[in-house]
Amino acid sequence: MGLKEKSKILNKEGIEKALERIAHEIIEKLKSIEDVAIVGIKNRGAYLGERLADKVKSITSTSPPVGALDITLYRDDLTQISEQPIVHATEIDFDIDGKIIILVDDVLFTGRTIRCALDALIDFGRPAQIQLAVLVDRGHRELPIRADYVGKNVPTSLKEVVEARLEETDGRDEVVICEKVE
Amino acid sequence: MKNNTADKIVWAKKDLLGLEYLSREEIEVILYTAQSFKEVTTRQIKKVPALRGKTVVNLFYEPSTRTRASFELAAKRLSADVINIEVEASSVKKGETLIDTGRNIEALKIDIIVVRHNCSGAPNILARSVKSSVVNAGDGWHEHPTQALLDMFTLKSKLGHIEGLRVSIIGDIAHSRVARSNIWGMTKLVAEVTVCAPPMLIPEGIEKMGVKVTSDLDEALKNTDAINVLRMQFERDTQKAFPTKLEYFKQYGITDQRLKKCKKDIVVMHPGPINRGIEMSSDVADGANSVILEQVTNGIAVRMAVLYLVAHAKREIVA
Repeated sequence: MGLKEKSKILNKEGIEKALERIAHEIIEKLKSIEDVAIVGIKNRGAYLGERLADKVKSITSTSPPVGALDITLYRDDLTQISEQPIVHATEIDFDIDGKIIILVDDVLFTGRTIRCALDALIDFGRPAQIQLAVLVDRGHRELPIRADYVGKNVPTSLKEVVEARLEETDGRDEVVICEKVE
Repeated sequence: MKNNTADKIVWAKKDLLGLEYLSREEIEVILYTAQSFKEVTTRQIKKVPALRGKTVVNLFYEPSTRTRASFELAAKRLSADVINIEVEASSVKKGETLIDTGRNIEALKIDIIVVRHNCSGAPNILARSVKSSVVNAGDGWHEHPTQALLDMFTLKSKLGHIEGLRVSIIGDIAHSRVARSNIWGMTKLVAEVTVCAPPMLIPEGIEKMGVKVTSDLDEALKNTDAINVLRMQFERDTQKAFPTKLEYFKQYGITDQRLKKCKKDIVVMHPGPINRGIEMSSDVADGANSVILEQVTNGIAVRMAVLYLVAHAKREIVA
């Protein structure tokens, strides 16, 4: 089974704009960003988290602390998946107690990754709030989870795969919809 | 941070029996995974749910405090349930064979058996007889893979890499499973390994493992990046090899004076427990070059990595 690229839903500029808009929304919604910290979910969410922090900084000239979370050890499908995922290190070198954490990921789908991330995050302390920012929300939730900030809502079918590609991991910035082909 | 080797390889082994049986890539996957677990051990809540619902048994046919405690802690920090079976308290005394013990443990639906045995190769026999994962926690004079892995992990954390390093293993090479696992592991990661011991404690043919051999301590210390000093096992049969403890210390003990002639940032390792004043002096054991206590801390992260990898190994599906 392979993947056939169907359409591009965000290009480099689109990703840039989406992040900028999310940064503005965060600042507007939270009034003060003093207690805000950004935590990206590895791998791509971590890079998006760093970019989002840069945007926030360029608007407010304060840089929020940034961390990266690896959720492998918290997955609910460890015994089911056929390939063993590599465990990467979590990098959160600030105290999350009392912070407003903006959790960042690339694509929001079933919500299971976010469920893992919430469990993982809470093992580091007790944040005042956790909010969720995603680049793309493609629907099909399997858990009662929703995003506070969405770059782009994209209706998809379950036959489709949404791939976010980033400069840091894939050499270019774009989000594409692919279709599974037999 | 990015480790390309570790990104590609999928761990497929159900057991960890020895470093002899692993490829360089597999060893690197363990070390990389251990780095991630090291972070877990520094958190306030030092526990992750990766082995929730799994059971680990520590089956120890030989007395051990530190290795057993380290494995127990590692399993508990992965949220596994742990039971300890020690030989004195078990039916082995009543004549049960190793294979039967293994099958009985398996009937209890145990996922991982951590075994220490005084016979070389016992974990291999056990691994062939059961479907549960088997992790070797030391077998006879054969291997002690997790000790060597934590030695390499500590060395890599200190010096950044293993490849090209000069490492000398000093002490009772003949009776040491730690030495054997270290040699397999370090040579696979392309370190230059020298073993140094009194002639009676050097096993015949050891140079075939790709190491340099010497009985001259000064030669073993010269230009070396790290030393791994082994414990003199006086409770085993080493009297014949060396007349007195004091004599050993004079010729092979690591002292401050000897260290002064070495590279300034030489890394001093010891698997513990230390015989102070026999293998090394107290000022060396407690000195700035010593990483002995870091080895103990790293041991937990390394054992967490091993338990995690064997528990979730990609298995062949038998129809």
